[in-house]
Amino acid sequence: MTKQFTVSVFTENKIGLMNRIAIIFTRRRMNIERITVSESEVKGVARITIVVNTTRDAVDKLARQVEKLTEVLKAFVHEDHEVIYQEMALYKMSAKTLSHAAAAKFVKENNARILVEEPEYIVIEKTGTKEETEKLFLELEKYGVLEFARSGRVVVTKPMKELKTYLKELEIELV
Amino acid sequence: MLEKELSKEKAKSSKQITGAEALILSLLEEGVDTVFGYPGGAIMPIYDALYDYQDKINHILVRHEQGAVHAAQGYARVSDKAGVCFATSGPGATNLVTGIADAQIDSTPLVCITGQVASHLLGTDAFQETDVIGISMPITKWNLQVTKPEDIPAAVARAFYIARSGRPGPVLLDITKDAQFGKLHYKYEKCEKIRSYRPYPKLNMGDVDKAVELINKAKKPFILAGHGVLISGAENELRQFAEKTGIPVAVTLLGLSAIPTDHQLYVGFLGMHGNYGPNIKTNECDLLIAVGMRFDDRVTGDISKYAKQAKVIHIEIDPSEINKIVKADVAVNSDAKEALKALSERVSKASHEKWMQEFRDCKKLEYEKVEQHDLYPGGKGLKMAEVVRLISEKASADAIIVTDVGQHQMVTSRYYNYRKPNTNITSGGLGTMGFALPAAIGAKVGKPGSDVIAIIGDGGFQMTLQELGTINQSKMPVKIVILNNNFLGMVRQWQQLFYEKRYSSVEMINPDFVMIAKGFNIESAKVTERSDIEAAIGKMLDHKGSYLLEVVVEKEENVFPMVPTGASVAEIRLE
Ligand SMILES: Cc1ncc(C[n+]2csc(CCOP(=O)(O)OP(=O)(O)O)c2C)c(N)n1
Repeated sequence: MTKQFTVSVFTENKIGLMNRIAIIFTRRRMNIERITVSESEVKGVARITIVVNTTRDAVDKLARQVEKLTEVLKAFVHEDHEVIYQEMALYKMSAKTLSHAAAAKFVKENNARILVEEPEYIVIEKTGTKEETEKLFLELEKYGVLEFARSGRVVVTKPMKELKTYLKELEIELV
Repeated sequence: MLEKELSKEKAKSSKQITGAEALILSLLEEGVDTVFGYPGGAIMPIYDALYDYQDKINHILVRHEQGAVHAAQGYARVSDKAGVCFATSGPGATNLVTGIADAQIDSTPLVCITGQVASHLLGTDAFQETDVIGISMPITKWNLQVTKPEDIPAAVARAFYIARSGRPGPVLLDITKDAQFGKLHYKYEKCEKIRSYRPYPKLNMGDVDKAVELINKAKKPFILAGHGVLISGAENELRQFAEKTGIPVAVTLLGLSAIPTDHQLYVGFLGMHGNYGPNIKTNECDLLIAVGMRFDDRVTGDISKYAKQAKVIHIEIDPSEINKIVKADVAVNSDAKEALKALSERVSKASHEKWMQEFRDCKKLEYEKVEQHDLYPGGKGLKMAEVVRLISEKASADAIIVTDVGQHQMVTSRYYNYRKPNTNITSGGLGTMGFALPAAIGAKVGKPGSDVIAIIGDGGFQMTLQELGTINQSKMPVKIVILNNNFLGMVRQWQQLFYEKRYSSVEMINPDFVMIAKGFNIESAKVTERSDIEAAIGKMLDHKGSYLLEVVVEKEENVFPMVPTGASVAEIRLE
């Protein structure tokens, strides 16, 4: 059965690593739904968050292939209920079709905010799950969305064992 | 006086050298004595630096970069060193690709050094610029582009450490021309650790205990020994473990020579063209003990019908191999040598005489149905098996046998009696035709004291025959046996069995191989008659220098047993 999984990869921040990781996914015909790269709480360690739809068996195997890369410290696999995650979406609306009042209403109802207001356009920002940002998109669509963009997933995990502890267990020295 | 000495010392250490020279010095630090390579524009500074170190590094000039990389593989497989090759940018680098992929799938440590256009030209489609880092990413254990001279020593140190440690593999360093030209203060430090890289998993004693329990309980246990046994140098540990427990041992294609073929517990070679018993018994045993092998599909056949009745212990250094194909009941994630030693110390002494007898019965059946006809054919035509067996009988125990890909490879694997570890060099995972001739050169350089005999098909020989030029120039005495059936035999066999004998582009109109060898100054002979073969092999082996022996064999011989693609190992066909 396929499900949504978040693969959190902790890596040395090296050129080309994204490419290396992407190759592991594409070679196994696994589609990367969303991907985010950021720093982690450990200095010099980057965190790559990848969302995939697949089976548990496939994602576990894949995580081990990713971990095999020389520069990868650790790859964790989590199901959605094991993580806290958010995505950020920006909606650029024409000021002609969406009045300030209407914008304010959507913002309030959706727990979003108005990021920029210009004579010609309004940019709304919404942070939430994909479903939530999707919902707002559908509502705004009637007014004509000039531009829409959604970020990858930003994730922290529920289990209390933090990365540093894992790394210690693996006897990885932290700088 | 002292002051003067000190300042002299200081001047020396602050003396700058070029990146190219630093590369050569770094290679020397890593104990490199041989490089296989081919020069070109983007690697000229390195070749220039090499000029001053000809007494320390033997550069073998190949005739094609594919030859360099296969030779480096042959060298690595017989020595405990990484093979090193040089190539220029663009076509030089892309010519390495086949060998790098081969080394990756067969876990062979290589350090490939490619020249690259100057860093300011990167990404501009400059002359002979190819993204070799991008190309080699999925087929290397690690790769790195170096654009600054001062990064060269550390990059080389890392490269050797990664290539050799844990599950070995090929690495590639792509060095831009300006990094080769540029200057640096040279200082070398060996790499012994990379924080994100854990090549040697710690043996978990809990897993060992669980494995011991399964082994002690098993009535029909069966060991499958793979390349990992040889890579970790665990031949003695394997033997001790098998002898103490009385468990029969079969080997994979790359596991051949991990245990002597005349050992009483050796039951044969696994897989598609392996022996009958090991395949049949895989689906009858109650415990599979897989050591340093990865359940390749050529070994397992239809995975849904593979050893379903058995418990599985998988001893494997690479965690990504565990549960990849076959679910392990007990996984021992460790180096084979360490694991086998720990197991041997803990298992009970046992013997499985009745079970062993079942293998001997299979062997008897296989002998009657297949082997006696292969070894003592009634017909006029020579068969590959009788030639291989004669070579086996005449060659010394430590002779290294290098095979190419095809029928002759399978026949050699079945009929050659491997007596010493690492005497079988072949392209297993990738099945690269053209591998054997250059790999044989590398093997000879890596182990000059052993005879090296390459057994090659007429097809595969023509894929890299230009390396006869390398043999001629380097004076590496390699024995070459071409088993000439005037066909791409293995493909022809498949067309006969599975494509209604529609022979599509498998017949070879061949050149005069003896003349070709002569052209390269290599002694040669051709044999067509059974009565001449023994003397011809003797002559070849006694000959001091290189020798090419063409043996004309039966045109349409088939290799059996055979597990057809998609069939279960239990459905192995004897005819
Ligand atoms: C580079 C490459 N191309 C194609 C193949 C497919 N292939 C496998 S075996 C074989 C035939 C080999 O013929 P030959 O070298 O004459 O050996 P024989 O089987 O006759 O012993 C071919 C074409 C391959 N393994 N490698």
